[in-house]
Amino acid sequence: MNVVDFLLPVSEAVARKGPHDRIVLSSRVRLARNVQGHAFPGRAKKEDRVASMKEIRPEVESLGAFKDGFSQSLDRLKSQEKNLLMERHLISREHAARSAGSAVVFRQDESLCVMINEEDHLRMQSLRPGLQVKECWKEIDKIDTQLEKKLDYAFSSRFGYLTACPTNLGTAIRVSAMLHLPGLQLADLIGQTVNSVTKLNLAVRGLYGEGSDALGHIYQVSNQMTLGEREPEIVERLTKVVLQLIENEENAREKLLEDQPKIIFNQIGRAYGILSNAHIIHSKEAMNLLSFVRLGVEMGIIPDVDCSVVDELFITTQPNHLQHLAEGRLSAEERDLLRADMLREKLKNIPRPEPK
Amino acid sequence: MLCNICKEKEATVHLTKVEGDKMHKVDLCEGCSKEKNVNAPTGGSLSSIFQGLTDSADLDFDAVEQTATETCLACGFTQADFKKTGRFGCPECYEAFAGNLDGLLRTMHRDVRHVGKTPGSHKNQAAAEQLKTLEKRLEEAVAREEFEKAAELRDEIGTLKATLKTAKPAKS
Repeated sequence: MNVVDFLLPVSEAVARKGPHDRIVLSSRVRLARNVQGHAFPGRAKKEDRVASMKEIRPEVESLGAFKDGFSQSLDRLKSQEKNLLMERHLISREHAARSAGSAVVFRQDESLCVMINEEDHLRMQSLRPGLQVKECWKEIDKIDTQLEKKLDYAFSSRFGYLTACPTNLGTAIRVSAMLHLPGLQLADLIGQTVNSVTKLNLAVRGLYGEGSDALGHIYQVSNQMTLGEREPEIVERLTKVVLQLIENEENAREKLLEDQPKIIFNQIGRAYGILSNAHIIHSKEAMNLLSFVRLGVEMGIIPDVDCSVVDELFITTQPNHLQHLAEGRLSAEERDLLRADMLREKLKNIPRPEPK
Repeated sequence: MLCNICKEKEATVHLTKVEGDKMHKVDLCEGCSKEKNVNAPTGGSLSSIFQGLTDSADLDFDAVEQTATETCLACGFTQADFKKTGRFGCPECYEAFAGNLDGLLRTMHRDVRHVGKTPGSHKNQAAAEQLKTLEKRLEEAVAREEFEKAAELRDEIGTLKATLKTAKPAKS
């Protein structure tokens, strides 16, 4: 089946609700695993990668969780389709660049996804809306326990799960939450927030993980250390920090509204104005403006609309989602025109901001 | 010629040590030689050369040589490859390079020992080893007529055997 037909429509994907989803867009727990007897994918020759994929993929596909799932070798997917999966956060940027000898298996509800032969033989993730890292851990732990009975994992009692990069060694777990923090940005507190989170040995990254920008004031907070700490402790620590960040963001929004309401109204009003009137707009600009519209919706300044309408635009205005919509290859300039057309049309369904 | 240790800078300090009929050669850059506390035997007189060697007493020739030539037998990955990519070649690399790893891991992680989830098959292995130890101790206790101790050990063995039975057998 075509991967695009299999994927949930964006409007359905963004309609899922979770605790604290005003600020926490999603939670994710990723485990890295490797099997004995094969070089890591970065080192392995193509034949060896194909061989390890043939060993791993059927075992993943046979899990109950993927019964009605999608599974495909990456050389059978067009690059646009792979990038589409990346824009949905199902696969990493690195995985989207891979081809023969790598594969992806995921559920339609996007809650579980396994990348085969990314940097490690297996990268499996559980993804949920809102702050649900503990639930994500439980779910992916279950999948991992099922797989360990079928695959001979590379494990040492000294180093734990062996990974291609020693930064993932041990539990090989990456617990992360995606946060929308426009309030801290407007209050000029984002720099110091990022600093204090970093001091707690947690990493703060942009929308698409390592090395990406914090477009749309979206930040990904994740653990960095994987060796010498048990999984539930890591999950607990991250949850506490995220709860604190939610509090900080809410406080920043309230304080701004009290002390400098014009700053907030101005940003939201301008964002709304540009998005509903522009004829050429780049994806970065669109993201940053949509972020303020989302803030307006969350603060009740833009009334009677669900923020999933904005979240949908966050995804559908991404380059590869636009390409897909246009059913053809578009140049960057053509995309900017199409994006603007789409935003003007969609903004008609979003009421004007009404500052109280 | 590149330094044997960092593999980045040009080696300026060259040392040779003769041990019986074996000759060890080490080439180091300035930075690494300082770090290893090695002085280049530049002096003209024999005594200063020997002085140089005495100064370098705490340079572990074997370790440096090993670092330079260490290769993972399973995948052919070398320490130099690791320096370049920051990734290992295969699971066996951890065994091959284990000796030099703790320092690096300490900079990345909370500890250098794994705690946390362990696959069932490895749990069995660990438990099986423990069972052997306990059975041996039980025999010893019986031989010494320490019956109270023996009873304790017997109970422990019973519990361990029960857990081993309920655990699924490992897939080889």
